[in-house]
Amino acid sequence: MTTRTTRREKPEDSMSTATPTRAPHSDVPTGHKPAQGRVGAGLFDPKQLVKSLPDAFRKLDPRVMVKSPVMFVVWIGSVLTTVFSFEDPGDWFGWVISAWLWLTVVFANLAEAVAEGRGKAQADTLRKAKTDTVARRLLENGSEERVLGTDLRIGDLVVCEAGDVIPGDGDVVEGVASVDESAITGESAPVIRESGGDRSAVTGGTKVLSDRIVIKITTKPGETFIDRMINLVEGAARQKTPNEIALNILLASLTIVFLLACATLPPLADYAGTHLTMVVLVALLVCLIPTTIGALLSAIGIAGMDRLVQRNVLAMSGRAVEAAGDVSTLLLDKTGTITLGNRQAAEFVPVGGTTEAEVADAAQLSSLADETPEGRSVVVLAKEKYGLRERHRGELVGVEWIAFTAQTRMSGVDVDGRKVRKGAAGSVIAWVERQGGTVAEDADRIADRISEAGGTPLLVAVDDEQGARVLGVIHLKDVVKDGMRERFEELRRMGIKTVMITGDNPLTAKAIADEAGVDDFLAEATPEDKMALIKREQAGGKLVAMTGDGTNDAPALAQADVGVAMNTGTSAAKEAGNMVDLDSNPTKLIEIVEIGKQLLITRGALTTFSIANDVAKYFAIIPALFAAVHPGLDKLNVMGLSSPDSAILSAVIFNALIIIALVPLSLKGVRYRPVSADRMLRRNLTIYGLGGLIAPFIGIKLIDLLISLIPGIG
Amino acid sequence: MGPVLAGVLQLLALVAALALAYVPLGSYLAKVYSSDRHWRVEKWIYKGIGADPDTEMRWPAYLRGVLAFSVAGVLFLYLLQRLQGVLPGSLGFSSIDPDQAFNTAVSFVTNTNWQSYYGEQAMGHVVQTAGLAVQNFVSAAVGIAVAVALVRGFARSRTGELGNFWADLVRGVVRVLVPLAAVAAVVLVACGAIQNFSGIHEVGQFLDGHSMGGSQQWNGGAVASQEAIKELGTNGGGYFNANSAHPFENPTPFSNLFEIFLILVIPFALTRTFGLMVGSVKQGYAILATMGTIWLGFTALMMWTEFAHHGPAFEIAGGAYEGKEVRFGVGASSIFATSTTLTSTGAVDSFHSSFTGLGGGIALLGMMLGEIAPGGTGSGLYGMLIMAVIAVFIAGLMVGRTPEYLGKKIGTREIKLAACYILVTPALVLVFTAFAMALPTPANSMTNSGAHGFSEILYAYTSASNNNGSAFAGLNADTQWFNTTLGLCMLLGRFVPMVFVLALAGSLAEQKPVPATAGTLRTEKPLFTGLLVGAILIITGLTYFPALALGPLAEGLA
Repeated sequence: MTTRTTRREKPEDSMSTATPTRAPHSDVPTGHKPAQGRVGAGLFDPKQLVKSLPDAFRKLDPRVMVKSPVMFVVWIGSVLTTVFSFEDPGDWFGWVISAWLWLTVVFANLAEAVAEGRGKAQADTLRKAKTDTVARRLLENGSEERVLGTDLRIGDLVVCEAGDVIPGDGDVVEGVASVDESAITGESAPVIRESGGDRSAVTGGTKVLSDRIVIKITTKPGETFIDRMINLVEGAARQKTPNEIALNILLASLTIVFLLACATLPPLADYAGTHLTMVVLVALLVCLIPTTIGALLSAIGIAGMDRLVQRNVLAMSGRAVEAAGDVSTLLLDKTGTITLGNRQAAEFVPVGGTTEAEVADAAQLSSLADETPEGRSVVVLAKEKYGLRERHRGELVGVEWIAFTAQTRMSGVDVDGRKVRKGAAGSVIAWVERQGGTVAEDADRIADRISEAGGTPLLVAVDDEQGARVLGVIHLKDVVKDGMRERFEELRRMGIKTVMITGDNPLTAKAIADEAGVDDFLAEATPEDKMALIKREQAGGKLVAMTGDGTNDAPALAQADVGVAMNTGTSAAKEAGNMVDLDSNPTKLIEIVEIGKQLLITRGALTTFSIANDVAKYFAIIPALFAAVHPGLDKLNVMGLSSPDSAILSAVIFNALIIIALVPLSLKGVRYRPVSADRMLRRNLTIYGLGGLIAPFIGIKLIDLLISLIPGIG
Repeated sequence: MGPVLAGVLQLLALVAALALAYVPLGSYLAKVYSSDRHWRVEKWIYKGIGADPDTEMRWPAYLRGVLAFSVAGVLFLYLLQRLQGVLPGSLGFSSIDPDQAFNTAVSFVTNTNWQSYYGEQAMGHVVQTAGLAVQNFVSAAVGIAVAVALVRGFARSRTGELGNFWADLVRGVVRVLVPLAAVAAVVLVACGAIQNFSGIHEVGQFLDGHSMGGSQQWNGGAVASQEAIKELGTNGGGYFNANSAHPFENPTPFSNLFEIFLILVIPFALTRTFGLMVGSVKQGYAILATMGTIWLGFTALMMWTEFAHHGPAFEIAGGAYEGKEVRFGVGASSIFATSTTLTSTGAVDSFHSSFTGLGGGIALLGMMLGEIAPGGTGSGLYGMLIMAVIAVFIAGLMVGRTPEYLGKKIGTREIKLAACYILVTPALVLVFTAFAMALPTPANSMTNSGAHGFSEILYAYTSASNNNGSAFAGLNADTQWFNTTLGLCMLLGRFVPMVFVLALAGSLAEQKPVPATAGTLRTEKPLFTGLLVGAILIITGLTYFPALALGPLAEGLA
């Protein structure tokens, strides 16, 4: 159902370079290629309609109906026509209209029930994880007592060992363990949780696989992450969002306008010489009030949240989803979001009298013992650019491999009395000098030049019969992920500014920013800088979205309008943000923005469609009501509907069926493509405005044709 | 030259004149309402009324100013009419009855100028000049003031302050309406309109130069000056019962065209004022284009239905001439009719009741749209901006952002106020019309039966609730029922929407601005203009479709 990314966590982050890179996302292979990260169509199965029918009938309770003002009016209308039909039981027309009005209400409820049903399945899976656990509470004297997980209080310390289910949300305060979080993330590979740092948060309901940790409980039972998730996906915690409230107000006022138009009609009709029955008046009213959008509004909202859940993002409020659509500034971490986690070798630069090929050969040889991504990239470059076949360690005999370590920051090989080394500039220079060699001047110069261009220089040195010397420099650079440039271009067209956040120096940052095509960058960024940037953008009226995972990101996450916390992050970060990404994939921020926009577009499109529909309904109903007394009005019967009864009935039936017809669209959302507002408006206006004007003329006519085949009506 | 060509040429001349006046007048108005200097005569007025023109007002204070001033205006005008019998210079007319005095007082204060009296047989010089003419100036100035307050709401940020009502009111009168009306009055006098304080003349009745034996009365009066502000302030209350069809008010085809120009010039120019004040003349052009499209479309339709109507009499006459002045012809009368009903003027140079069925419907629909194309002085602009807010809200969602207009978010509070605004007039029109049709007596006022009779009543409530003031001649509106209910419609139709407009202005002015990006709905583009026209026609048109079907449509399609 959902797309999962594969996530591997390594206990240690291995670096072969002197420049520390921000670690947390460095080894997140992105499951989605950026170009595929479109807001796609959700799945819609017609069987869901049948399955949700009981719920749809349960929602006929007036206490539930009253929450949707438009549909409540239809509900009252249905009751009225039914009552009047009982008074005149021989009138088939009243019964048929009543039946279709009730169907209209049921269809609206069905839309909501289907939308909710999709969350329920997810909630059930989560509930399974929430079995009652027995916690081992640590007492002050060091002994343990067994208590029920539900009796834990904030601040309690509990012990978990291999095989234990973690009893509540908290932070690891002691120890390190691998934890199976598949209950929440759906990802089966275990993750590491350890005290201190940015990976200390654990979630209740997940399982410790190895080792022993002590956890400090940070949430009350019943309010844990898993509880909130269940509430969210079930829609129990759903509150109407600001825009939804505003739209409801507009729809309510349109309903009042049409209520007035219908309620004031009887005396006018009496004067004209025709009597309007209650059934006909209610039918007219229901056709005119914006039932289509009124029926689908809440389904659209639930489905929007659901689309996020399907992408493994939990929004803590619908408000955040809406805000995502409004975002005009995106703060993106460089590492893991814009660039691949690791720097890669880009070129070999010879120094002294050596040739490029010699450098490539030595670099490859010395990197065979370096299993870090950077080391591998040297081997790959040597193969791709200089055609050097990768040698396997077994091919060479009598050699001594010197593996890369974080202390030596060098790797290499000793073979046939020849020593080859590759590593961070400082380490290699020290090694050459230790071997009694000298360092060529241009080695320093080239290394500096690479640094200035935003890259990282690695030196390759050799100690052989000619003495110890530097052969050349490997240029390591950040590699911008495929398709990011196009992605940022799209964002720009959508009016969204991207700001790259990096700990690199301004020079390096600028080089990468230019290459990736982001609009702006923040170099040597501290949490305070981030916070200041967000406040500055917000002061200009912009809405800001960001991702973060560390405790020091928490204030900025709270300040941002859309703060997406990584699930791997600390509980402070998760508390502060208003969304949590279970996949911990920062690129997803872009998708979140698209989903937010899609939610608003779907609402607007269906509102437009709903209002535009009224024109045709008037042309069906007004001649039907009044052509008998004012024959000229028959000229308005442009659809050539067969009889007055059939015309009114066709309009009512169309009005009901269009709701069911649009359920898939309201659940999937209107197709969204990142183009400028102008083009988007033109497209949607054509489809939903013009389409909404024309479609009912065709639909009502078709229904009328079918009805007129029934003997006694046509 | 055929009558159709003549009509089209007059229309073109009118458009050219309006285009020429647009930039200078629009810019001048923006300067008037943005300047922080006071003229000497204004300072005297402020001193006289005890107002500090430099205090910034939040919306409740601004509204209190509007309401206090208007209540005082109604009371004064009511008393003046009730006391006419004892006032000097009243040509011997007696005091006006309470219900008619209430109706007339409300009518002139609300910029409606619905008249249930015969000007030349009821109102003397004092009431005409000290009462009615004064309200013609100030009611128009109040409208502009409220519109300017709303524009300031869009233009300002992080403040709730909307300017000073007294300063806006006084400036509107002193710097805009009085000078323009003075020039216009001179032009009208030059055309032949009368301007004197003479009494009533008994003259003989003649036909083709031969005495018919009987006699008739001719009133003198300060007609040209009244006429100028009547059109310029989109008031519409005629000195004479025949209104602008009367040769003393509107003597020649040129004066007729000039009067149409006066009706339209300020409402159109205010769109430039709006553009300048919000910092983008293009936004003003978009609103202008919306207004212009509807106005031109309605005028073309009106000319078409009046010229092309079938039937032997029409074909011989070359159009639907009944109720139209031969001096002006079908073309100019059609332009006047749409201009007066698409603004809140209500002056007439021909009788809307005598227009073809569809023509009458076009006049009705013009008012039903809320008189926003270009609408009354000020009221047209704020009415149109409210519709723009509604259109932005619906369409804005379709670009995937919380809707915003001119850098202000259209949130729950804003949409609540805009939605309330658009509810007021339909509620008044429909509810009162339904009651009038349901009760036994009001229908006695109808002259006609059938659909046309119904149109008379629908027209009356539409005209009053939208503060237009024109009548579907035929209805006897001087009854207690009509004087009272139409008076209520005018009061509620004017001031309840103003409450929502000013509250909206206050709410907008408090917001911080949202900067425009490529993702923002471009409200200065033709696409938006088209959308706005569509939204106006569909939302307001649909409200009245059943009522229109039973009146003008039933008649016009028969």
